[in-house]
Amino acid sequence: MTLCLVITAIVTLLAAVCAMSLRNLVHCALTLAVSFSGIAAIYLQLDAEFVGFTEILVYVGAVAILVVMAILLTRSGETTQPSVLTSGRLDLIGKFAGIGVTAAIFTTLGWAILSSSVLAKPGAVAPQVTVKDIGEVLMTRYVLPLEIVGLVLTAAMIGAVIIAYKEEAKSRSQVLPGAQTKTATSNQPAVVPPAENILKKAGVA
Amino acid sequence: MFDQIDQIFVTSLHRVVGFLPEAWRPLASSILCIGFIVSVFPGLFAIVTVLERKGLGRIQNRYGPNRVGIPFTKIRLAGFGQFAADGIKALIKEDVVPRAADKVVHFLAPVVLLIPVLLTYAVLPFGKNMTVADYDAGLLFFLAVGGGVELSVFMAGWSSRNKYSLLGAMRAIAQMLSYEIPLILSAISVVMIVGSLNLSEIVKHQDHYTFGIAHWHVFTPWGLAGFLLFFTASLAESNRTPFDLPEAESEIIAGYFTEYSGFKFALFFLGEYLGMFAITGLGVTLFLGGWTAPFSCLTWVPSYVWFLAKMLSIVFIFIWIRGTLPRLRMDQLMNLAWKFMLPLALLNIVVAAIWFYMGRDWPRWFICSGIIVMAYLALGRTLMKHQHLGKRIYRYAE
Repeated sequence: MTLCLVITAIVTLLAAVCAMSLRNLVHCALTLAVSFSGIAAIYLQLDAEFVGFTEILVYVGAVAILVVMAILLTRSGETTQPSVLTSGRLDLIGKFAGIGVTAAIFTTLGWAILSSSVLAKPGAVAPQVTVKDIGEVLMTRYVLPLEIVGLVLTAAMIGAVIIAYKEEAKSRSQVLPGAQTKTATSNQPAVVPPAENILKKAGVA
Repeated sequence: MFDQIDQIFVTSLHRVVGFLPEAWRPLASSILCIGFIVSVFPGLFAIVTVLERKGLGRIQNRYGPNRVGIPFTKIRLAGFGQFAADGIKALIKEDVVPRAADKVVHFLAPVVLLIPVLLTYAVLPFGKNMTVADYDAGLLFFLAVGGGVELSVFMAGWSSRNKYSLLGAMRAIAQMLSYEIPLILSAISVVMIVGSLNLSEIVKHQDHYTFGIAHWHVFTPWGLAGFLLFFTASLAESNRTPFDLPEAESEIIAGYFTEYSGFKFALFFLGEYLGMFAITGLGVTLFLGGWTAPFSCLTWVPSYVWFLAKMLSIVFIFIWIRGTLPRLRMDQLMNLAWKFMLPLALLNIVVAAIWFYMGRDWPRWFICSGIIVMAYLALGRTLMKHQHLGKRIYRYAE
């Protein structure tokens, strides 16, 4: 079990480092997906099935795809700027500030975990939690946070739709490719932007 | 006697594992289960490709493959040696990688496609007591892992450095994301009625008989509606006709695997078929009673036979649809998912709740089916009213 944990941890950390240091943005996004799956694997090793599966469903299935599509539709995959880790021109102050902030966050988190009441009880056994229990708690005790999260997500979605509509009203020829799925409401074929534009952005053509 | 035949795989697995020392048993058991999945379903893929080509041939009034048999003999096997010939051809073909391609990602894409597809088989109950990993949240596992397919499609399309590949990948991802929503929502109605995400529990819930007829979910109003939604969405998820726009050969050659050749192409082909089997298996488990028999007088037939028979009959319908339906346009595809299937799937959840709380009386049959039929008619009529369908005008062809 410990060996498994060590392997998963190394893979996850390596993928995370690659996600920061690789030159190609799409490569970064893909290694980020690997690191998400590694985190999900660690949850599974801790017998947290529900959290692990949700991690895969949300982060690998949705967030990684979203990141990748955003890169494709906004800018070229190849960046001319050097990466954060290999940069020589980047200010030393900035580097130290980044390291300082990270260290502060980790110290706070570590202190919080070490001083928590869970560790104080010796030999505490992991509770047998089924998905049903999680669902019941979500629907009773934590129903308010759940509803608030739902409201926030709905607001975000309505906002996205409104942005897409404005693009269509301004000029039909400049519709963003990402908005195409949402604005394909009329019975005429959706306005498809010239393929060259998308491909140029994606760094293919 | 029949019970023994039914449980023959389970008991033989226990026998074989029993010979080993205690410490090795979990490992040996998982390796045997993995071996079972990795050998049975690709084998099924090989047979189904031949059957599909023969079936499509019959639909199009031609023979289909009927020549390949055993070499150096006169035995022809009615063309069933075709898959071996195809496999050997794929293996010995030159592997062409475009010079501009991103070599690593291009190589990894077919592998990344196969891993999630094979993982989904772990939670499917193939028969009584025949689930490899009986997770408490099995359905969630299936849907979560299936999401990895989109990433591999993107990897294939992007790394090829080909316009057609990239366009095909973008089409495929848009389509998969859109149809995943009605797929999951139609599965949720089953979860609500059963009260469990465990696929074995879902099958057990359908393993009862009234007047000799099984309590499959598809025999209820919400179940029938859910099954039809699930079926349509699974057609789209597995990129089958009429939703095969990602590989529309008249427009974008072969979509995201245009630049793949040889064995990598075969891997994509394999992954696509395995994905199709897995999602039909999930549909069978959720709505068609999994491994249970349709009539109580037929319970003596082994459970895995029922599962495979149901799965293959759905695959047969997939092939039939491929032979008879034309391909949709991109906006029609999106309209169907977002304007028609999504509202119906949401309504189906409400109908399932009504069904659950109305008790066991007869009125619930009329009320639930009434709501679904009325919503279907109203939504369909409204959407069709804006279509302005008429005689097709050919601008250049006439």
